[in-house]
Order: sequence, then structure tokens, then C-alpha cells
Amino acid sequence: MRTADLTTALILIAGGALVIWDALRLGIGWGSDGPQSGFFPFWLAVLLIGACAVIAMQAHRRTRDRPFVTRQQLRPVLTTLLPSAGFVVLTQFIGLYVATMLFMGFYMRWIGRYGWAPVVTVSVLFPLIIFVIFEKWFLVPMPKGPLEAWLGY
Amino acid sequence: MGWENLLLGFEVALQPMNLGLAVLGITLGTIIGVLPGLGGANGVAILLPLTFSMHPTSAIILLTSLYWGALFGGAITSILFNIPGEPWSVATTFDGYPMARQGHGGEALTAAFSSSFVGAFFSVVLITLFAPLLAEIALKFGPPEFFAIQLLTFSSFIGLGGGNPIKSLVSILIGFILACAGLDIVTGQLRLTFGITELMKGFDFIVAVIGLFGIGEILLSVEEGLSFRGVSAHLNPRVVWQTWKTLPRYYRTFIRSAFIGFWMGFKPGGATPASFMSYAFAKRFSRHPERFGKGEIEGVVAPETAAHAAGGAALLPMITLGIPGSPTAAVMLGGLIIWGLQPGPMLFREKPDFVWGLIASMYTGNVIGVAMVLAFVPFFAAILRIPFPILTPLIVAVCAVGSYAVHDSMIDIWYMLLFGVIGYVFKKLDYPLAPLVLALVLGDLAENALRQSLIMSQGSLLILFERPISGAISAVAVLFFALPLLQRYLRRARKPEIAAVHSHDG
Repeated sequence: MRTADLTTALILIAGGALVIWDALRLGIGWGSDGPQSGFFPFWLAVLLIGACAVIAMQAHRRTRDRPFVTRQQLRPVLTTLLPSAGFVVLTQFIGLYVATMLFMGFYMRWIGRYGWAPVVTVSVLFPLIIFVIFEKWFLVPMPKGPLEAWLGY
Repeated sequence: MGWENLLLGFEVALQPMNLGLAVLGITLGTIIGVLPGLGGANGVAILLPLTFSMHPTSAIILLTSLYWGALFGGAITSILFNIPGEPWSVATTFDGYPMARQGHGGEALTAAFSSSFVGAFFSVVLITLFAPLLAEIALKFGPPEFFAIQLLTFSSFIGLGGGNPIKSLVSILIGFILACAGLDIVTGQLRLTFGITELMKGFDFIVAVIGLFGIGEILLSVEEGLSFRGVSAHLNPRVVWQTWKTLPRYYRTFIRSAFIGFWMGFKPGGATPASFMSYAFAKRFSRHPERFGKGEIEGVVAPETAAHAAGGAALLPMITLGIPGSPTAAVMLGGLIIWGLQPGPMLFREKPDFVWGLIASMYTGNVIGVAMVLAFVPFFAAILRIPFPILTPLIVAVCAVGSYAVHDSMIDIWYMLLFGVIGYVFKKLDYPLAPLVLALVLGDLAENALRQSLIMSQGSLLILFERPISGAISAVAVLFFALPLLQRYLRRARKPEIAAVHSHDG
């Protein structure tokens, strides 16, 4: 917990420094029409760095601690996060519908250990439902890939 | 103002189309509230794109019904599964889950739904009475007053939010900084883009809501293993009737909790402290405080009444001032802007059918809602029995759909993933997420109000304290900001005494 707290605070301080650098470029003073573009971000970042310094100090002083995440907890978190990240990568290249199908199929088969019949049924049906609701009824387009192009969408 | 306005509203809300939307909204909302990882805020966010082509009044009725549904759904998971879907449902689990374990799940659910209804109804009545007055006052507000209200909004997160006040401050600052990213509409300059074109569009808070609350919540809930274990409950008309007969006994708790809820709720972040406060008060004034935590029905009534009174009250500043009181209200506010309405006090003059339709739909929505959840609890509870390996990819995919639909842009799905990880880490480190979202929503408004105030005063921040209304609001805000420091000082001053007493004992 302590390490995670310190790391987060330090990352935020670095982010704050980046904001200040950008704000100084834009000008933090008084322009011809009121405060310049950098004025608001500059003071926000100054406050952010100050507050994070206090958090870092609090964390540094703390002696009793519990782990940020136990090994037991980390496993299910990663088995959710990594396939989700894979799903986003796939969406980028082959569109949302096919990516959803592969994601659901993968998850049901390897995590849920389902037989092929329910895996195929659910993972094909669900993207189809999204397609009908969003693309057809409400005319909200989703990212599409080669398969949809081949089908003429 | 007057009853004719409310009647006009009912004419709108009772149109068959709008009633149908209310039923649809409550059904979807309850499902969303029951599902882990999906709550009111991101449910509304995901469905927002579907309303783009609707009439604004119908759209807001759909979304508020969704909101009520999500609030009802949260009670189901708290009581049957011991999983608080939202932070303000935590207190409901204290007595609700033990009741369900002892076979009184039906009573607990009936009490929870009925209390929710009473709490929300109380708030809606107060909104009907006060909203027009508040809007009338707000019409006289200038930029300093609006900035002062924003200060008050964020100070109440720090002073009343509980937890580490510095971490609340950091969340607020991050939200405001993210809101700055992109094109500065006043000067036309690009901020925080560092020459990267993709960053020009800035961060949309709807995507942030979906990531922080949706993906982040999923990651948190899987930590405890990849399954849920719940208690089943039998809810039939007889149980409902039996429970209803006992509820009037707790009229004091109802009234007290509704007031606490409304009073805490119209300030941001108020629902959670309201539910805990009202639980604590109920326990204190009870003749059997020892029964609390072991399955006392009053322990379900108190937090549920307060949380829903607060949930309703959170909509008051959104309609009258254009400043949302909760992340869900913030998403609805975003909807108003997308539908081409200007949120704020002028709405009462320019779009009375919209405002009063919305207020009337809160009445109809709650009546329909309580009837529906009482009737269909087994169906809603069955949703949580969907196996985890199906539910997880389903929720992630739905979140991705909602994120993409906001701007038809792929980068938003990446942001969603990023915000999901941030949400997980922040939640674990006790950084509150609601202030971050509100700051992201209000960033532009706050900055413009501050800019205009500074232009009026030629650069002096004192203008916030010199004008009577903004001065009073700012003074309260400063008090709230200082509250954590004051409390610390008081505690330190008291400590030596306690230590002295203890040393005498020893």
C-alpha cells in the first residue's frame, strides 16, 4: 500500500510538472482579454504538486501497512484486465463485433470451461443483438472491420 | 409557479410513449443496478447515445427512470448478495444481508423498496416546491456567484466527503486538469496536447465515467474470486403486505432519514454520508440498538430512505443551477447539452414543458418503479446468477460500445481502458472518484466563471467575497475546505485529556 501510494503520488507530481511546463508556454499572467490560457492549469498543477507531496509524506511516515494487492487477488484481476486489453486491440483492427465475439468465446472457453456449443451460441448471439439495437434501431455506428466490409456494411 | 405547471408536466409524463419509456428505463436501470460494475452513472452514460435522436423530454424521462431503476437494483444486490452496488448501499448490507440469511429476504427487500420510494418521493415533493424558487434566485447570479457555487460543490467533497481530504483534493484537481486538455475556447489555444493531434479533442467525461465506474468496478469485484454467492428470497404479495403493516411503526425513522437525505443530498457526494448518518441515528434512537447489524428491519429502512432522498435531491441543483450534485446527474447534464438545451435557471422560463415533464416523471417513475421491482424481484435477482465468465466480457463489451458511441471515436475505447485501470488503482488507494468526474464535467464552466469574475474585478480574487450572495456562499465553502484541519486540531486538543483519564485508570 505504501509503495503504491508513493508511486501514485510521484507519478501525479511528474504529471503536474508537465502541466506547469505547458502552462508556462501558454502564459500564466494577464493577457489583453483577461487571464491567459495557462493561468487556470498552472495554479491547478501547483496545488496538485503540493497535495501530492503531502500524500507522499503521509505514506512515507506510515509504518503499519497492508499489501496493495495480494497474489491471490492479482490473478483474477489480470485474467480480466489482459483479455479486456486484447479485446480493445482487436477492436482497433477487426471492428467491435468480431472482437466481441472472439473475446466472449475466449473468456467462456478458457475461464469458464464451457463446451463449444454454448460458447458459440452466446458469443455469436450477443454481438448480433448489439448490432441490431445500435446499428439498426438507433442508427449508432460501431467500429467495423474487414468482415463487415465484406458483408457490405 | 403553481400547480398548473405541475399539471402541465403530468400531461407530458403521462403520455403513453413517455410512460412506456419510463417502464423501459426502470427495467434497464434495475438490470444495470443489479449487475456488478454497472451503476446509475455509467448505465446512463452507456445509454446516452441512444437518446440523441429522441425528443429531449422523452430522453430525460428515459434517463431519470434508468436512474431510479439503478437505485432500486442496488438494494437487491446489497440484500441478497451482500455486494453494495454503490457506496451508499453499503449501510443497507449491515442489516439487509443478515435478514436475507435468516430467511427474511422478502421482508428486507420490501422494506428497502418501500423506504426508497418514500425517500425519493419526499425529495421530489421538495424539488417541486423549491426548484422554481431556486431558479428564480439563480437568474440573478453573475459569474462570481456561479464560481462560488462551484467552490461550495467541491469544498463539500473535501469537508464532508469523509476519507482523506487531501486525496479528495487531488481527485478534484486531476478532474479540472483533464478538463483543460484540448482547445481553449476563449483564447483558441491548444492546451496539454503536446503536439499530439489525438489529444486535441480532450477527455470526455462520459468516457471517464464508463471507465472509472464500469471497468474499474469490474476489476475490483473480481478480486474476491470469479463468482458470486447469493441468498434467494421469496417475495410474494403476502410478504409484501405483512411487511407494509409493520412499516408505519418506523415513521420517525422515515421522517428523520428523509430529512437527512435531502439535506445532505443536494450537496455533492451527500448520498453516502447521508445513508451512514441516518443508520447511525436510527441505531442511537432505537429501543433495541443491540439488534442493529444482526438483521433489524429499521437498519434497512434508515439508510435506504436517506440514500434515495439524497439521490432525488442531487437532481435539484442540476435542474435549477446547471450544476450536478452527483456523477449520474452530471451525465444527464451532459445529455441536456447534447440535446441542445442550455442547463441552468433559464430552462424554467424557456422550456417549462421539459422541466415540469421531468419533475412529473419523477413522481410517475417512482410509482412505476416500486411496483415493478416488487413484482419482478426474482427475475432481477436471477441476473446475478448469470455465470461470471459470460457476465465479465458482456459488461466490458457494453462499456466499449457506450464509450465509442459518444464521439464515434476509437481512441475513446482506449481512454475507457486507461480510466478503468486508474479507477481500480484510485479506488484501492482511497482516492474518491465522484469529485474527479464532477470536476471534469464542470471544468470549462468553472474556468469561465472564474475568468469572467477576474475580468470584472480586474484580477482580484476578493470579488468572490465582496458581493453579498457569492460572499456568503464562498464563506461556507472556505469553512468546508478548512473543516478537516479544524477537526484535526480539535481532536488533538482533546487527546491529552483522554490520555490523562486513561492514565488515572491505569
